[in-house]
Amino acid sequence: MRETPGPVFLERRTYRRRRMADAARMLPILGGALFLLPLLWEGKPGEPVRTSMVMFYLFPVWLLLAVTSVLISRHLRSDTDNGGGHGDH
Amino acid sequence: MDRKVLLIEDEPNIIEAISFILSRDGWEVKTHSNGHDAMDAVRARRPDLVILDVMLPGKSGFDILQEIRADADLGATPVLMLTARGQIKDRELAEKSGVSRYMTKPFANADVLEAVRSMVGS
Amino acid sequence: MATLNVLVLVCLLYVAFLFAVAFGADRAARRGRGTWLRSPVVYTLSLSIYCTAWTFYGAVGSAARSGLEFLTIYLGPTLVMIGWWWTLRKMVRVGRSQRITSIADLISSRYGKSNLLAVLVTLLAVIGTTPYIALQLQSVTLSFSTFAAHDASAAELPTLQSTAFWVALGLALFTILFGTRNLDANERHHGVVMAIAVEAVVKLAALLAVGIFVVWGLAGGIGPTLDRIDASPIATWDQSGGRWIGLTMLSAAAFLCLPRMFQVMVVENEDEDHLRTAAWAFPGYLMLMSLFVVPIAVVGLDILPPGSNPDMFVLTLPLQEGRDWLAILSFIGGFSSATSMVIVAAIAVSTMVSNHVVMPVWLWSTGGTAMMSGDVRHVALLARRLSIGGIVLLGYLYFQISGGGTALAAIGLVSFAGVAQFLPALLGGLFWRGANRTGALAGLGVGATVWLYCLFLPSFGPSMILPQTVFDHGPFGLGWLRPQALFGAVGMDPLVHAVMWSMMLNTAVFVMVSVMTFPRPVERLQGAQFVNVFQHSGTAPGWSGGLAQSEDLLIMSQRIMGGAQAQALFSSAAKRQGLAGYLPEPTPEFLQELERELSGSVGAATAHAMISQIVGGATVSVEDLMAVADETAQIMEYSSQLEAKTQEQERTARQLREAYQKLTQLSVQKDAFLSQISHELRTPMTSIRAFSEILRDTEGLSSEEKGKYATIIHDEAIRLTRLLDDLLDLSVLEHGQVVLNIHSGRLRDLLDRAVGAAGGETDMFKIERHGSEEELWLTTDLDRLAQVFINLISNARKYCDAGKPVLTITAKLETAGLVIDFTDNGSGIPTDQQSVIFEKFSRIGHTKAGGAGLGLAICREIMARLRGEIIYLPGQSGASFRVILPSETVSVPHVASA
Repeated sequence: MRETPGPVFLERRTYRRRRMADAARMLPILGGALFLLPLLWEGKPGEPVRTSMVMFYLFPVWLLLAVTSVLISRHLRSDTDNGGGHGDH
Repeated sequence: MDRKVLLIEDEPNIIEAISFILSRDGWEVKTHSNGHDAMDAVRARRPDLVILDVMLPGKSGFDILQEIRADADLGATPVLMLTARGQIKDRELAEKSGVSRYMTKPFANADVLEAVRSMVGS
Repeated sequence: MATLNVLVLVCLLYVAFLFAVAFGADRAARRGRGTWLRSPVVYTLSLSIYCTAWTFYGAVGSAARSGLEFLTIYLGPTLVMIGWWWTLRKMVRVGRSQRITSIADLISSRYGKSNLLAVLVTLLAVIGTTPYIALQLQSVTLSFSTFAAHDASAAELPTLQSTAFWVALGLALFTILFGTRNLDANERHHGVVMAIAVEAVVKLAALLAVGIFVVWGLAGGIGPTLDRIDASPIATWDQSGGRWIGLTMLSAAAFLCLPRMFQVMVVENEDEDHLRTAAWAFPGYLMLMSLFVVPIAVVGLDILPPGSNPDMFVLTLPLQEGRDWLAILSFIGGFSSATSMVIVAAIAVSTMVSNHVVMPVWLWSTGGTAMMSGDVRHVALLARRLSIGGIVLLGYLYFQISGGGTALAAIGLVSFAGVAQFLPALLGGLFWRGANRTGALAGLGVGATVWLYCLFLPSFGPSMILPQTVFDHGPFGLGWLRPQALFGAVGMDPLVHAVMWSMMLNTAVFVMVSVMTFPRPVERLQGAQFVNVFQHSGTAPGWSGGLAQSEDLLIMSQRIMGGAQAQALFSSAAKRQGLAGYLPEPTPEFLQELERELSGSVGAATAHAMISQIVGGATVSVEDLMAVADETAQIMEYSSQLEAKTQEQERTARQLREAYQKLTQLSVQKDAFLSQISHELRTPMTSIRAFSEILRDTEGLSSEEKGKYATIIHDEAIRLTRLLDDLLDLSVLEHGQVVLNIHSGRLRDLLDRAVGAAGGETDMFKIERHGSEEELWLTTDLDRLAQVFINLISNARKYCDAGKPVLTITAKLETAGLVIDFTDNGSGIPTDQQSVIFEKFSRIGHTKAGGAGLGLAICREIMARLRGEIIYLPGQSGASFRVILPSETVSVPHVASA
């Protein structure tokens, strides 16, 4: 018989994994929406939206998406439970 | 003196030594130096005693001993066996084949004389 | 200023460095070293071939012309990467489980291995890739000529064409060298990937260096840079929404569909887990690549003279400011971007061309019989190499014919739109089981046609291929078919227009045709395989044994494994579960154990399928069925392998038996040997003791007798000594501790010496020799060889039983070496004894006082040490011994030497 971790822990982990997968699916949709957002911006008359402003918006959003992706993908090892398998050929 | 001894041995120097010792003691020594017709020599000589080497060309000393014991006429002839192979199983084999006395080379001349005398004297 | 020469030198050094990196990585991979080759970092960096010279130089140009629009090219892939859980994960998994070699292979494999589809995809890929390769060649030549223009000392400008030619040639060479090492596309191209990863670092560093120089060196910091942006022609954000959305989607689609991206992302993927790293690291990379684009564009527009080509700002800014080394770095960055793209694109497209076009044609032309696998491999490799050369050549020709003009600049997006036509078939294949081959063919065909008509052909410019009237009034005057205003969509951006119509029609036709037609069985099997890849693949799918019937399993197992074995397996499993009898609970553990046992008899796939049939928990998967079919096909091979194995087992058993017999024999021999030694030592001792006692105890011996007996004692003592010497000698020889004393000498002298030592020639013993044969020089241990000769000669002297003994010694050179025969005229050695004469203590017949039977054994050992041989030569006039010396120890005499 293989030793299994405590049931509470296992369940929590599985649950967490599922939610992380959900988050991973949502992230590109969120990203797409955020990237499109500047199209809705309308400058006041005589004061149009400046390129530098859009840059100040887009690059942080970009960075934020990358960082979120780090956090999410950390919890999404390949979907076999025995993990590992790096040395396999 | 009528005591005849037949020495069956292939090593010429040993033949010479034993012949010398025994003839000085008054034995009539005949020699034979190979295995395969040794039995004929025994029959022909009808010795009172046979001194038999183990490693002989043509036939082993054990075989000759067995043939002597199996022979109706000669079966009772005392046989002194000499061997240069000091192994226990050789001695056992010799005793099983009915040897009268068993000596390991090299031997003391006195021991040979004593053995020969006791074997024929008895 | 020798900048141009320095540039050429640096460039060549860089190329040499890349070759070295690729070579080293390939070697490390082949030796199984270099786990760093398989790191997620390398994987992420290899994805950067997305950033070609078009993005390295062109992003700044695009920013100078139309502001932030260039970002869409990076935003699309960013979305794809952070959305890896949707698509990329599945693509990589399918690619690995189906051993996919290219995107054409993936699509064809999904739709029932249709080669027609593969050919279509390949064709479109070639059409899309060729201009793109031309674009890379153009960027290298353009940057080179930009450099040359700034170098006043450059006496003669190299022509654009020659630069492009050498670059193309070098790239083709590199790609063939490192891209076609092995045929199996599933074996990674470690060298290529490593070189690309290095280039990825170089191009990022170059762009960042130029950016930092521009912001802090030229503009004077972040604040002033922002001021410049606000003051520049691109200060305002007036982005067209259609292009922003359209280009983002297009670049996302292209990121998935570009053959070269598929190559690095799926085919070269080592480990699915690498995606987890690339999911954030690659967006980060893209962000860094685009961070300084706007500042460079703005400062370039500000500083450089009006009319400067903004596509070259990355290069001209440092040049203008006299930063030659920065310019060289920038050039190398652009060079890296261009070369890595060409290399991977050539590998990817050549794989398609050779696998889906050349190989089928070759197989068809040879009558469809792939005779030997080695044969096919050879042809496939050759096809791959020729295809690479062909692809690069096409790119070069395209560059030549198009003249390297501005027409090429637009080709990047045109190419993207072309490969994006794969997307509906690709995604549909991965997510929709209903998608079928007819639908894919129709959709792809329509999409490709629309793309060709609305975007590709017009991209050559009006009146180049399509006449101006077609643009204005449509073909045959059909206004609704105008290429840039299809179905009356007037006034759209031509690119967005083409992308919209091609993708929309492509998708619609694909879906509609798929819905209305029926797939073939293979398509349905493959469809299930692809769409449900996560259910079918992965490591050892577990069993849920709730419904399993243990008794049924037992019955089945008995049929396969035999009654006794199956019952033993089942009862021991039951015992482990604490149950009595033969039927254990069908726990997952037990089912897996059983499957393993069964697979030993019927193969893994069959075992899995059989159990799953009884367990019922999982239906037999398509994969299982396919694998069963495969196994059936392999039965012949298995059985022949089994036969081979049985033979091997028999061979092993025989060897074991022989080894055992040998050991037993050795033991017997050891006893016999000890017994022999005992005998050989005791015999002379007996004489010595007997005669010394006689001398001591007997009175009145004549002096003659005394002398005789003393002589016997003396002789026997010598015999004893010689025996001990021989024994020691033999022991040394047998245990290899002998030190050879190599000298050169003439054979004749050696034989003379041996004859003398063996007692010489007498009337009673003649020795015949042929002096002329003995004029040979030997380089060996002469003393040891003499020992052998002496032994043979004295043996002949002792044992030759002829009336007039004659020993003949002959020597001749043969291919085996020098052969020396010692043949006497006696009766020889009886056949039954010939095999044992070289054994210790074996004596021919029986001896007079003298040899102990070690002589020939010693000879044999000596000859073995001298790497020669001594054998008994049967069938001669008498006893004949042959000594063979290896030819390298013999030298033919100099004629002059007497």
